[in-house]
Amino acid sequence: MTAVIEVQGLTKRYKDTLALDAVSFAIEKDTIYGFLGRNGAGKTTAMSILTAQNFATSGSVRVFGEDPYENARVLSRVCFVRESQKYPDDATAKHALAAARLFFPHWDQQLADQLIDEFQLPLRTRIKKLSRGQLSAVGVIIGLASRAEITFFDEPYLGLDAVARQIFYDRLLADYAEHPRTILLSSHLIDEVANLVERVLVIDHGRIIMDETTEDALQKATNLVGPADAVDAFTRGREVIHRESLGRVSSVTFLGTLTAAERSEVSAAGLELAPVSLQQLIVRSTQHAGTSEQGAPAADLKEVAS
Amino acid sequence: MIEEGKPLFVQIAERIEDSIVDGSLPERSQAPSTNELAAFYRINPATAAKGVAMLVDKSVLEKRRGIGMFVPEGARELLLRERRDAFADRYVSPLIDEARRIGLSPDDLAALVREHGARLTETGRTTS
Repeated sequence: MTAVIEVQGLTKRYKDTLALDAVSFAIEKDTIYGFLGRNGAGKTTAMSILTAQNFATSGSVRVFGEDPYENARVLSRVCFVRESQKYPDDATAKHALAAARLFFPHWDQQLADQLIDEFQLPLRTRIKKLSRGQLSAVGVIIGLASRAEITFFDEPYLGLDAVARQIFYDRLLADYAEHPRTILLSSHLIDEVANLVERVLVIDHGRIIMDETTEDALQKATNLVGPADAVDAFTRGREVIHRESLGRVSSVTFLGTLTAAERSEVSAAGLELAPVSLQQLIVRSTQHAGTSEQGAPAADLKEVAS
Repeated sequence: MIEEGKPLFVQIAERIEDSIVDGSLPERSQAPSTNELAAFYRINPATAAKGVAMLVDKSVLEKRRGIGMFVPEGARELLLRERRDAFADRYVSPLIDEARRIGLSPDDLAALVREHGARLTETGRTTS
């Protein structure tokens, strides 16, 4: 696999906050990534630095093997759809799309026109006056029609209703199938994008805690439900990431999968096994609100991954 | 439409196998492309491709260069054989286990199967 982005020891410090803590990862060519994590985990900071819209405190970033800063060769091949893109006060969607058309060499006007129609985007209204959903539609249209070799979508769905989000996902898949390229999709609607993304990159407290195929991630954790004693006996010594109880029934999520023998043991004991969705796995892995144990679950997940 | 638990590419492969077994995707006909599968099931094309590759490996699909995927002759027979081999383990054993748990003997079970089989044939339903 060829990497189109290589990041080594990337650190970003804002005064006393460490937004990115010596992060290293590589992004493979022509792959759709889910770039996931909680608010403030460092997703937008990372994407801004990769697209030369922000400076790193330290570390190295290579996009197509080059430094992206003030590098038109690199930047014309990269599209960053920001969640809160700013436009000039009197700009209309028509202006924004015209500017994008000039900037991106692979721009497809036919696709843009089709999307304008599907999202029913008013072209002559000033962007300032557009609804949140219409503003998101402008970004989505630019992101798709630019056909940039690397496209970052930072929570592109804000304000889009379920129908409009489905249009986005469908067009993204269809266009990606025809014109393979690298896409990083940052989203909180994890279950909505789980089937679309080939790999997941999860960032938590400025560190990468998961970097693998979606399929492998889904195999990582198991949920066991049944009488508390039996569940406890079975999960003893395992890496438990979540536990909840209702009366004498426990539901425990742990890392790792079961062998066929263990599976029949579980069903003989009257326990129920359930798969863990990507959303559940990520919620469980990044759920340590306000505690100081940051990094601990991260280390566990990495060990299982390798 | 898509369930959790089994890897997605396995589920895609099973859907294709189902349509070969029930005849909606006949032998010698062209199978849906990876991109069509991806669009229809709303999944990543790489996942669809992995499901298709699995079927190519077991000769249930055949790649014809530049044209696409086809169902080769003998594919349905191969799947039927595979499913009949797995039938006892997948369906009969759990049936007997549950019957035993609720106090039905294998003979009671056989009688039930005959009775229900007859009823389904009568009403013209062969599957439920």
